[in-house]
Amino acid sequence: MKNVNRGLPSIDGKGLMMGKPAYTDDLAEPNSLIIKVLRSPHPFAKIKKIDTKIASEVNGVECVLTYKDFSRIPVTRAGQGYPEPSPHDKFVLDNYVRHIGDEVAIVAAVDLITAQKAIKLIEVEYEVLEPILDFEDAYNNKIIIHDEPEIHEMFPIGFEPKKNIAAAYDMHVGNVDETLKNCDVVLETSFYSQAQAHVMMEPHTANARIDCYGRLVIYSSTQTPYHVRRIISQALDYPLSKIRVIKPRVGGGFGGKQCIHGEFFVSAVTLRTGKPSKLVYTRKEVFESSFSRHPMRFDVKLGATKDGILKGIDVNVLSDTGAYGEHALTVFMVAGAKVLPLYNKVDSVRFGGKVVYTNHTPAGAFRGYGAIQGNYALESAIDMMCEKLVIDPITFREKNMIKEGETSPIFKIMGEGTEGIEMSVESCKLEYCVKRGRELINWKEKYPFVKGKSSKVRGVGMAIAMQGSGIPYIDMASAMIKLNDDGFYNLIIGATDIGQGSDTILAQIAAEVLETDLDKMIVYSSDTDLAPFDCGAYASSTTYVSGNAVVKAAKNMRKMLIKEGARSLGVKEEEIIFDGKLFQTEDEKKSITLSDLSNHLFYSEDQQQLVATNSYVGTKSPPPFMAGYVEVEVDTETGVVKVLDYIAVVDCGTTINPLLALGQVEGALAQGIGMTLYEEVLYNQRGGLISNNLMTYRIPTRKEITNMNVEFADSYEESGPYGAKSVGEIGIDTPPAAICNAIYNAVGVRIQSLPVTAENVLMGILKNKEKRNEKQ
Amino acid sequence: MKVQLTINGYKKEIEVKPDEYLLDTLRNSNYLSVKRGCDSSSCGVCTVLLDGKPIASCSYLSVKAEGHEITTAEGIQKEAAQISAYFGDEGADQCGFCNPALALTIYAMKRELSDPTDEEIRDYLVGNLCRCSGYVGQQRAIRAYLEDTL
Ligand code: FES
Ligand code: FES
Repeated sequence: MKNVNRGLPSIDGKGLMMGKPAYTDDLAEPNSLIIKVLRSPHPFAKIKKIDTKIASEVNGVECVLTYKDFSRIPVTRAGQGYPEPSPHDKFVLDNYVRHIGDEVAIVAAVDLITAQKAIKLIEVEYEVLEPILDFEDAYNNKIIIHDEPEIHEMFPIGFEPKKNIAAAYDMHVGNVDETLKNCDVVLETSFYSQAQAHVMMEPHTANARIDCYGRLVIYSSTQTPYHVRRIISQALDYPLSKIRVIKPRVGGGFGGKQCIHGEFFVSAVTLRTGKPSKLVYTRKEVFESSFSRHPMRFDVKLGATKDGILKGIDVNVLSDTGAYGEHALTVFMVAGAKVLPLYNKVDSVRFGGKVVYTNHTPAGAFRGYGAIQGNYALESAIDMMCEKLVIDPITFREKNMIKEGETSPIFKIMGEGTEGIEMSVESCKLEYCVKRGRELINWKEKYPFVKGKSSKVRGVGMAIAMQGSGIPYIDMASAMIKLNDDGFYNLIIGATDIGQGSDTILAQIAAEVLETDLDKMIVYSSDTDLAPFDCGAYASSTTYVSGNAVVKAAKNMRKMLIKEGARSLGVKEEEIIFDGKLFQTEDEKKSITLSDLSNHLFYSEDQQQLVATNSYVGTKSPPPFMAGYVEVEVDTETGVVKVLDYIAVVDCGTTINPLLALGQVEGALAQGIGMTLYEEVLYNQRGGLISNNLMTYRIPTRKEITNMNVEFADSYEESGPYGAKSVGEIGIDTPPAAICNAIYNAVGVRIQSLPVTAENVLMGILKNKEKRNEKQ
Repeated sequence: MKVQLTINGYKKEIEVKPDEYLLDTLRNSNYLSVKRGCDSSSCGVCTVLLDGKPIASCSYLSVKAEGHEITTAEGIQKEAAQISAYFGDEGADQCGFCNPALALTIYAMKRELSDPTDEEIRDYLVGNLCRCSGYVGQQRAIRAYLEDTL
């Protein structure tokens, strides 16, 4: 039975739809203390006095914790590899609060009502400080958001807290100023991309208990159980060996659960009280007190020859990390590293800028991770350049974009937080993706626009994108395969299934190597005591990095089996043919089934447990590629934009499971469309979040997302498991630029600040009209 | 105070507080298929059926449910399993957090609408948000399910 490149339902889909208890809160101890967090009403303030006496005396309150109860250990909640590329600028609790929703105190009580009551009885006297609410004012402001002496970087990331800089970076190839001087056409422009909230349906959830061995067991809705264990140990100064982190099913992550959230609080309460505790974020807390996408400003210069050869790219970025620096540097770098190589034929490139602190909700990891922001800027600018050159945007891209077997100097210079890795793109079907997408959208008939009914105009637009497959030489994954009697296996992996289906595809890979059926490969994952290490679900790494680990472990198991089969039949290993069920000699004279062999190994002959373990760390990060094409309809009377159809042609190598890969791309497209047209994290002038519930922050519903057509290119990545690259993020990157390009093609309005709003489009339409009238 | 509810066909008497919402009553009584996703009655993951009609249990007072029939995903196991097979076939399975509520709503829709159009399906299910799937896979699956079983 063939198991890879085969569309199979996810192994947990049925149970989850039937409502089996499987998520973090479903598995909390029934008698858990309920935790509530007192959160700051001010964007920036010093806690002058905090009195918890009355609150602590409420009947049913078990403990009230403030910054006074914690030693001052700065950590980062980022949940990345170690040493961490994010500044250590966060204390579990601090005597300063730096955004509305920042933590002031924790209450644990027998029930929610008591906890809520106690929260209100905590007396806090704040010295309210003037905040920085505009990220363009942050650099070198006289207000310093992080003035605490203990904070630090782990290696140089450009951290200068006195100037409100969380991280900074600069690189160049060639001399861009020279190049641009010699170009026939130079474009200089700016773009703004907004903060976006993840809005995973399951809020951040964690619970803790002390088990019968006296160890702290944390259940968490996390993307990074091993990083959670490490960071909890650091932050609470509690031995790593006494912590176990279990990740049950997770109700969506998208990067929002890569960072630490409630784990600090449940751990602190349970360690102090000895009692089980739990914390489920309210939706308001998810919005205000978790993380969102880094807003960015891009200042872009492009230079080209008049016959359409792109010569130079110059990009300067200002990124807003909010109150804390989680993923500040790495998201920033990806905005260049996973965008600039798309145009690898330029003479020179410059990329740099700063990531600044503000008193907003912190930014963190979010699917696309900088690449979507960078893609919006560059792919919009490319269309603007094409207009100046009077060249078809597809022709221009086909001439200038990266092709199979080629390389880019960027790969070597820029990694994630550190230097990158030299590589060429061995699998790159971008040319096919562009060509196929053009056919599917019917570009010839529809470009640039078609007049629709009454006030409606339809336009098409496109963009190309790339992402990565894990972080080479840093992120490691491992797998363990155990043989059971009757010949079925356990696949035990650190990899973190957050709904993307990694348990399923990793089982498919193992089953493929061992030529067994999927239901004979029993998966257990993401438990720091029982499973081997895996960095976690981020950086589009699971299929590629964890997948490769599984291939290696499964191949080891296969070798062990053949050795045992040969021994049992009394022949040499080379003489054995194994088809997943039966070991036999070539002449078919001797044979034994896997089931019999495994029973012998358990009970009667040469008894032993066969376990194979292996791990993998990438030596490169082969990018998945895609071309995104969109048809929009713009109402010229109202400015309202509707997406009529979205075409995605994706090269992610072999799809291990084409159905789950399809779901990844469709879901990512919807999030990208949401960011482009509907979603915006909005603050009031006081720094309070206006968009702090699902009515004020609107994600697309099934009424807005109605048509998508996703296809996969026939592609094979030599270094990937069965030819696969990763596919988790690539789908989100193109919508901002493709939709804005389509709007421009429809009505001549260039949106340079996201999200696209009806007002902005209409204003642009009216301005164009005015200009036309003036000319006449 | 006590309320009498029929949950998934069984009569139950449950102790509730006057201001308690059905979502908490159900989860506290171990009907864990019912999820919480928001504080503003706008995500749909807490949907249960009240006398066969979908309601948001997060904003429905338990005392108001006195004497009514409540259905959770635990009460439509066969149908949920059947629907999930269609989801699996269309790549519409992801984190699953929205799915028990969605299965219930599809189940109710099937009883209420005969042969709904694509637009009617979307209208009926619009309150069931999903952040993972991008909806189009769910739509394909729901259509196929209805075609095969209506
Ligand atoms: S929990 Fe969101 S609608 Fe009820
Ligand atoms: S599958 Fe995750 S929210 Fe719908």
